[in-house]
Amino acid sequence: MFSGCVFFQRESAMPQPSISKTMTTGESGLAFIFAVTAFLCLIASAKALDAPFAFHAALSAAASLAAVFFIINRYYDRPAALPPAEINGRPNYNMGPIKFTAFMAMFWGIAGFLVGLIIASQLAWPALNFDLPWIQFGRLRPLHTSAVIFAFGGNVLIGTSFYVVQKSCRARLVGDLAPWFVVLGYNYFILIAGTGYLLGVTQSKEYAEPEWYADLWLTIVWVAYLLVFLGTIIKRKEPHIFVANWFYLAFIVTIAVLHLGNNPALPVSFFGSKSYIAWGGIQDAMFQWWYGHNAVGFFLTAGFLAIMYYFIPKRAERPVYSYRLSIIHFWALIFLYIWAGPHHLHYTALPDWTQTLGMTFSIMLWMPSWGGMINGLMTLSGAWDKLRTDPVLRMLVVSVAFYGMSTFEGPMMSIKVVNSLSHYTDWTIGHVHSGALGWVGFVSFGALYCLVPWVWNRKGLYSLKLVNWHFWIATLGIVLYISAMWVSGILQGLMWRAYTSLGFLEYSFIETVEAMHPFYIIRAAGGALFLIGALIMAYNLWMTVRVGEQEVQMPVALQPAE
Amino acid sequence: MTDHSEIDSVTGRATTGHEWDGIKELNTPLPRWWVICFYLTIVWAVAYWVVYPAWPLISSNTTGLFGYSSRADVAVELANLEKIRGDKMAALGTASLADIEKDPALLALARAKGKTVFGDNCAPCHGSGAAGAKGFPNLNDDDWLWGGTLDQIMQTIQFGARSGHAKTHEGQMLAFGKDGVLKPEEIVTVANYVRSLSGLSTRKGYDAAKGEKIFVDNCVACHGDGGKGNQELGAPNLTDKIWLYGSDEAVLIETIGNGRAGVMPAWEGRLDPATIKAMAVYVHSLGGGK
Repeated sequence: MFSGCVFFQRESAMPQPSISKTMTTGESGLAFIFAVTAFLCLIASAKALDAPFAFHAALSAAASLAAVFFIINRYYDRPAALPPAEINGRPNYNMGPIKFTAFMAMFWGIAGFLVGLIIASQLAWPALNFDLPWIQFGRLRPLHTSAVIFAFGGNVLIGTSFYVVQKSCRARLVGDLAPWFVVLGYNYFILIAGTGYLLGVTQSKEYAEPEWYADLWLTIVWVAYLLVFLGTIIKRKEPHIFVANWFYLAFIVTIAVLHLGNNPALPVSFFGSKSYIAWGGIQDAMFQWWYGHNAVGFFLTAGFLAIMYYFIPKRAERPVYSYRLSIIHFWALIFLYIWAGPHHLHYTALPDWTQTLGMTFSIMLWMPSWGGMINGLMTLSGAWDKLRTDPVLRMLVVSVAFYGMSTFEGPMMSIKVVNSLSHYTDWTIGHVHSGALGWVGFVSFGALYCLVPWVWNRKGLYSLKLVNWHFWIATLGIVLYISAMWVSGILQGLMWRAYTSLGFLEYSFIETVEAMHPFYIIRAAGGALFLIGALIMAYNLWMTVRVGEQEVQMPVALQPAE
Repeated sequence: MTDHSEIDSVTGRATTGHEWDGIKELNTPLPRWWVICFYLTIVWAVAYWVVYPAWPLISSNTTGLFGYSSRADVAVELANLEKIRGDKMAALGTASLADIEKDPALLALARAKGKTVFGDNCAPCHGSGAAGAKGFPNLNDDDWLWGGTLDQIMQTIQFGARSGHAKTHEGQMLAFGKDGVLKPEEIVTVANYVRSLSGLSTRKGYDAAKGEKIFVDNCVACHGDGGKGNQELGAPNLTDKIWLYGSDEAVLIETIGNGRAGVMPAWEGRLDPATIKAMAVYVHSLGGGK
């Protein structure tokens, strides 16, 4: 098994001058806070009004005790002096938390893809829900979306941001325990959210399902994340801030704002899981889609554009295509995205003027999005030949192509006439997955394929041949998935809007469901291929960590240039 | 830009002079087509704001050149619908089934409406095409459990079968095996007799005379002489080769042994009278109406 020591290897420490060893304020303070938390959680568990809350409180008590143990144990294991920021004038990078996120990203990714495959199969063959409440579509669907977006995507974002910010600032991550608090705390949030869904705990807001106590915990973790990231930027040894870090910072700050805006809720009791959202009616809907669309804009776009801006130039060994374009499209993207949410509420009780703004800002968002695509693709000028030999670079580049496709499709679907056909249909699902599987998935895979050999100090990946297999199997899966959803979505939309000459609906809802059946099977097959690709990847990365490069296959250097 | 700026040999462009972990940036100007497209989308958006409601004011919002409103659009569509259907929709509520039969326009409206409500309410059991399924009657044939006239169909829809409604159709297939009325071997014998009624094969060594005797003693009370059925009791005709649960010996043994009591819900109270009428007219029109 993947043992803890893989992450916690002590970094090359210089012989330390003998100084007396004492706990830092952070160590003693955090251990104390966790000890108190453990006690409070124990009380909450005993007084809990519902079983899921009792379970989560007990789990949190155990996790807090584990944190105390971890802090004290780590203190006894470490040398008297904390790891220095620099050794012999070179930055002493902190790679442990990054290794942890890389592992968790693969773990959650496979879990999330698997749950996606299960619910896709349930839609094709409803008997597969086996009449068990815990695995109904309604509970597994948020588990799937949260696992792939926040668990897989989130770990990739936190891991790569910690790597990129250190390398591009030539500075060690600030904080000793703080980076570990961020990665472990974030994954604990995922655990609470995910087990909550299975037990039926949800506030029923799409992509913001976790209940009030999970939201509070995430807020604390996220502030710590912002502080670690900002602190590292402030301590940078480079005169300028690299473009990837602008995007990471926009992602971190905006997600904090969105999270706080969409989630204010009053718990029924501080000893129960249920709460009520402060907003009501159309205001709640507006807040929800302001949040929901900008989760796409700042989590799934800005954050992953940051990955693109570091990993593509690095892997292609070419300069970023245009500095000017990066500035203009960054600010245009940041300014315009935040307005686009109302396009999720066309033809609803939302006032017409709000719908107009949502639609027009979505249209204006088209070129700023493509600015990112141009910068990603054109960075390859002078290095296109590498696509033949390097499947990792190919994965990164294809992800940018999918990004371009999705960010054309999105503005198009926001146009009200188009939306009147596409809304509520599988077309939306197809659109989301061309972005999620093609863009977010592939750019994450590409980044992890680069990152794992770098942070584990391996010469290269275990096998590029397996990367090639992963690439083609997953691409085929995506094509099956999105083309099935396009066809079924448009078919569905046309069937829903067909009227008879007397003004009655031509098709009953059940007839449209029957018509979807073959496409749901194709979609599930596409999802299965995507999952198989990820399993190949997990094996490849595992072998990379264990044995390193299998044979020399790459003519170009895999090591980052120093 | 800075002293470190250099010329990239591949593109001939200058770099900005920045470098991070080996990554440099070219100072490429914005692509012209990109800038033009960006401006065009902005111009389009501004024009759209002029034409349509767009910006909030203190207590209202800009209304656009033509005062567009999606609510007004819906009102127009509803008015058009009113025009198409005329006063027939109201007439449907008051007309009797016989009146509907006589008025072709009213009949067409009732059938169209009936088809829609059938799809939303009946199709889950009876199928989108009303062809039925095991335990759920086919409504396209002329075999009716509770009668196939317009009035009878309407009554079945209104009150259901074994639905718990005060006026529901009652009567069910008894459990001759479970209740100890017939011995297992007698059930096998009578099951084969029932098969023989519609000319299906019987098992080797089956005693036809014994089968007939069991049938006469136990079954004709509901299913009638010769198994022709009785719509008063919802007892199916056993001679017409139409089977609600199937005609295999094993299925018949199960039916006779454990009885059958499928439920059709009562729709009165859930759907308004005009809708139920339309549904009855539609089901009657499917092919088997008497």
